[in-house]
Amino acid sequence: MQIYLPIAEVSVNALVLFGLGGIVGLLSGMFGVGGGFLITPLLFFIGVPPTVAVATGANQVVASSVSGVLAHIRRRTVDFRMGWVLLAGGLLGSGLGIWVFNILSELGQIDLTVQLSYVLFLGFVGLLMFQESLRAILRARQPARKITRRHQHLLVHRLPLKMKFRTSGLYISVIPPILVGMLVGVLAAIMGVGGGFIMVPAMIYLLGMPTKVVIGTSLFQIIFVTAFTTVMHAVTNQSVDMMLALLLILGGVVGAQFGTQIGAKLKAEQLRILLALLVLGVCALLALDLLLRPGELYSISVEGRA
Amino acid sequence: MIRLLALLILFALPAAKQAGAEEVVAGLSQNRIAITASFSGSDILVFGAVKRDTPAPEGPLQVIITLEGPPLEVTVRRKDRVAGIWVNTDAVEVDHSPSFYAVAATAPLREVLTETEDLRHAVSIPRAIRAIGTGVEDAGVFTDALIRIRTEEGSYTLDETGVDLAEETLFRTRFVMPANLTEGAYRTRILLTRNGEVVDSHETMVDVRKVGLERWLFALSREQPLIYGLLSLVLAVAAGWSASALFRYIRS
Repeated sequence: MQIYLPIAEVSVNALVLFGLGGIVGLLSGMFGVGGGFLITPLLFFIGVPPTVAVATGANQVVASSVSGVLAHIRRRTVDFRMGWVLLAGGLLGSGLGIWVFNILSELGQIDLTVQLSYVLFLGFVGLLMFQESLRAILRARQPARKITRRHQHLLVHRLPLKMKFRTSGLYISVIPPILVGMLVGVLAAIMGVGGGFIMVPAMIYLLGMPTKVVIGTSLFQIIFVTAFTTVMHAVTNQSVDMMLALLLILGGVVGAQFGTQIGAKLKAEQLRILLALLVLGVCALLALDLLLRPGELYSISVEGRA
Repeated sequence: MIRLLALLILFALPAAKQAGAEEVVAGLSQNRIAITASFSGSDILVFGAVKRDTPAPEGPLQVIITLEGPPLEVTVRRKDRVAGIWVNTDAVEVDHSPSFYAVAATAPLREVLTETEDLRHAVSIPRAIRAIGTGVEDAGVFTDALIRIRTEEGSYTLDETGVDLAEETLFRTRFVMPANLTEGAYRTRILLTRNGEVVDSHETMVDVRKVGLERWLFALSREQPLIYGLLSLVLAVAAGWSASALFRYIRS
């Protein structure tokens, strides 16, 4: 069933979109990430223009994050105070990101920037997660060994403007969370992702937050950052395709249900290592694309009506 | 006396043209195409006849029919290897290139149209594209690339045997328009040629428009971008919330 997308001005198969949304929803249900890092490259692949893919991807992440955060609120695993602080940084970063996005679009380097950011961040986060989860699996096999605590005095304890975060059980400076939020905001705007795959490790390793509150809190602030990004893209680039978003969301909702069921049957470190492999796989594909000689050296971008 | 002569010539000229010339009478299977949500491309049939009052002149009659989408301003970029990775380096702005262009003729274009006539009427695909003031040495390579890419995606087509001509009078052709159409007025041209010279031409417009939901969404995104953005959010939040609610309902 072909469907014509009014903003992207391309005709695509509705079932393909539904399927894409479904796969991404499945993974997001399993791993608790928004799935934007997958949806945007997949949309490029089926011929949706990059600007539309990025803006619509952000809109889709809003839906999956809302769905996820409601479950976390019920389980009381959302640190609202931390969420608001991250959000303050996130909005600053998002505004900055949109501005950078527009400049890069004009220069014709937006595809490259998006791809490079993907390769760098996916590679970095993937390796980090792979190494960490592999170690966790090995540790689980040797139960006799005593687990050493990570050193407690991180940089975050020495900076000024300290604040209490009760849910996370932290008393740290607000500067690092704001910076983390900003970084994720910039990425959200440029790459059309919620930034969950960066936010989650940053909260665990940089801020020292307990893992159980990380996913809910990250989803909570991602909702606002991607919502802001969606509206900004709609206003400045008019590139949000509601029809496309709707189909992806519908697929995603169904996929997420199955994903959560599969996720519940796997161990935490098995899940993490699978996610790490997935992230590394996407990263490798994108890297190959940059390194190998492209089949078509020329590309066309429409500037407007002549 | 001179004035009278001038008047005579003025009246005689059109009459003389009509007497010796051939005229196109043409029709289209549809003069508007509606892009609905389920739009998956469209066919358009262009047909007509050649009207003549006197016997046909010497030389075979040829017909060229073109269908041209609204012009776009595009930038063609070339990738080059910089520091080991492939990046966009040179760019050429093509300030006039049709979003869709189909040419059909009764015989190969270079046989039915002289170079000068092609230049004047901008018939062949390379002539329908205009790039000026590029500042890049090999700008021709970029327009060639534009044509190559557009041809591969089916937006530019050249069918040199696509027009059926019967008895030097009746002609028809069928254009297949892809699903990825841009909105706007599509120009149909019918050119009659003899010995490579254009003897008559005829032009009509086909209106391609988004309708219904497509129209509404597109218009809203352009006219009320803020409301459109907020509406997209409401949609996403509602979908997310109802998914969570439904999920809980199924579990319990």
